[in-house]
Amino acid sequence: MLLAEDGTLGVDDWHHLSDDEPIPASGAITVSFARWQTAESTLHARADKLGLRLPNTIAPQEIAGDVSRFALIVLSFPKFTDGRAYSQARLLRTRFGYKGELRAEGEVLRDQLMFMKRVGINSFVVGERAIKENWANAFSEFDVFYQQAPDGRPWVMRQRLGPRNTP
Amino acid sequence: MYRYDDFDHRFIDERVAQYRDQVRRRLAGQLTEDEFRPLRLMNGLYLQLHAYMLRIAIPYGMLDSTKLRKLAHITRKYDRGYGHFTTRQNLQLHWIKLEDTPDILAELASVEMHAIQTSGNSFRNTTTDPFAGVAADELEDPRPYAEIIRQWATLHPEFSFLPRKFKIAVSASKEDRAAVKMHDLGLYLHKNEAGEVGFEVLAGGGLGRTPLLAQTIRNFVPRRDLLSYIEACLRVYNQYGRRDNLYKSRIKILVQSLGAKKYAEEVEAEWQASDREAVALPETYVAEMQSAFTLPQYDRSPIDEAALQKAIAGNTAFARWVKHNVHPHKVAGHAVVTISLKEVGKTGGDCSAEQMELAADLADELSFGEVRVAYEQNLVLPHVRRDKLFTLWQRLDAAGLGSSNINLITDIICCPGMDYCSLATARSIPVAQRIAKHMAAKEDAIGNFNIKISGCINACGHHHLGHIGILGVDKNGEEVYQITLGGDAGNDAAIGTIAGPSVKSEEVPAAIDRLVEAYMKLRQEGERFPETYRRVGQAPFKEALYASR
Repeated sequence: MLLAEDGTLGVDDWHHLSDDEPIPASGAITVSFARWQTAESTLHARADKLGLRLPNTIAPQEIAGDVSRFALIVLSFPKFTDGRAYSQARLLRTRFGYKGELRAEGEVLRDQLMFMKRVGINSFVVGERAIKENWANAFSEFDVFYQQAPDGRPWVMRQRLGPRNTP
Repeated sequence: MYRYDDFDHRFIDERVAQYRDQVRRRLAGQLTEDEFRPLRLMNGLYLQLHAYMLRIAIPYGMLDSTKLRKLAHITRKYDRGYGHFTTRQNLQLHWIKLEDTPDILAELASVEMHAIQTSGNSFRNTTTDPFAGVAADELEDPRPYAEIIRQWATLHPEFSFLPRKFKIAVSASKEDRAAVKMHDLGLYLHKNEAGEVGFEVLAGGGLGRTPLLAQTIRNFVPRRDLLSYIEACLRVYNQYGRRDNLYKSRIKILVQSLGAKKYAEEVEAEWQASDREAVALPETYVAEMQSAFTLPQYDRSPIDEAALQKAIAGNTAFARWVKHNVHPHKVAGHAVVTISLKEVGKTGGDCSAEQMELAADLADELSFGEVRVAYEQNLVLPHVRRDKLFTLWQRLDAAGLGSSNINLITDIICCPGMDYCSLATARSIPVAQRIAKHMAAKEDAIGNFNIKISGCINACGHHHLGHIGILGVDKNGEEVYQITLGGDAGNDAAIGTIAGPSVKSEEVPAAIDRLVEAYMKLRQEGERFPETYRRVGQAPFKEALYASR
């Protein structure tokens, strides 16, 4: 199940291609970073949407020139305590101008959602609990933030300085 | 003192509400203990041997009488009527019930306090000089920068799940009273030749099982760029810091394995590539923060210095207190006073609700309502008129707060140890108490001397930095104590070296005594222990330590 940043729930209509599966002629697929490296030209020749599953050990700099080719980048949270993908997300959104869907997968817990949304992640792979426990509430627990972040929410220092000082 | 504005109030209320809901979900069984742990830790709540422990943040050690009275109230209502001031300038309550914690946080919020990020793998309390703002040797008040960092680090979206905890210290004076070099990130405030304020940045310090001192990675970061540079430091750490081994995941291990130079290059490249303007600190904003830390309106009428000198001459106990606990102030006629929480025989850093209230009253009457916590686990009254010193001492003394031992051998830094902590491998409080009793009679003759005790390798008692450090370890079910020699905090920070085999618990005080005797024989005029140790080497101390074997 997919939770969107606006709190709505949906289904995942992407096919997540494993590395030993042949590349289909059509349909939206995601590939691993390794597959992307070996089959870049084949993947590029396809007309349908392409997504990338980016491990949290790969610096986003590695795909800096390619981000516009992806309609989806899936970031990995192997454990919720492993926060490398927060930096990846922030860099993809701010430094490398990625505009497509940025998805969190792995150990995605309710109380991490707000941090994820703030760094620019806009969809979340979640389980049944998300409905039962109404996880969408997690997005509205705060409306005061102390950091500039990719979600573009107003942040306290700029708010205090007033609109004249907004960059 | 910094006051919350509407943003801060709204934020802290939102945080309390969020935590209240987390506790509700935990008690309703919606969250497992594994899922709840990181949430409670982000609010300073640990599960210890006997109960929950709540660590309340005291940002850069700053309190006022209102806050201190609230802390006293909380210890009385929700705990056992006392608290423990820590080496991170925080306060720990050791007998807390989970169900009470949302109410405690709400009470704290009502006086602009919290327990955010006093635990967990994120930014911890930013610490600084307890004499900030009044120290004679200060370039500029470091607290506005500590407050800017505190706010920026609060629930940081990118850096709340770091490989490990992250501690920052700021010092802006000639003498480093904040032990900057033992921090993950250290900041020394400097002025460049053009008179602009900036920071020397050090990275990779930390104690624990691999004690390392922070090394300089950039000589000068303009204050405008402070946050973008710290972000670059953190981003490199978040990306490359180890996550496979809890004991190798602090930034110090990354800096050590890459080398400080390589780490500095990585940070520099990241910093240059980043959008510095997005988080640049405008002059107007720094000025606004500075205006929250102005000095009070001192009573500058003349002091009857002769009367004070007469009181000193006529009362040896008071004279000792003035000598050891009273420090120079940058405003004439005033003093900075340290209230010792190290009464011999008591638990160092512990403070009862009554003592907190007395300190609050004295702060109101004599120190413009201000109180500070020093990392050495003592309290500080920063603005006392010299002609009030005698009254102040009398009232402190009557309440068991008159110990005159600041920086002496009985002013021991000590972690809670196995009496409270589930990580500890040995007791530390009783050892500190026995050493203090054994050595108290000659503490004046010994002079400046720092003993630091940790009850396990995590080194919360900073034993590596003690002139003599003591580490409690478990050896086949027996608590024994490893002795390190020659450590030092501050500008000349040094990691002590292990002297040799561990010492049995009951032998520790006599062993310390022999080391101190050796030092007193060997020292030259004005030499503190680490200096003598560096000069003469380990041999004579080793001989003294193991003389009885």
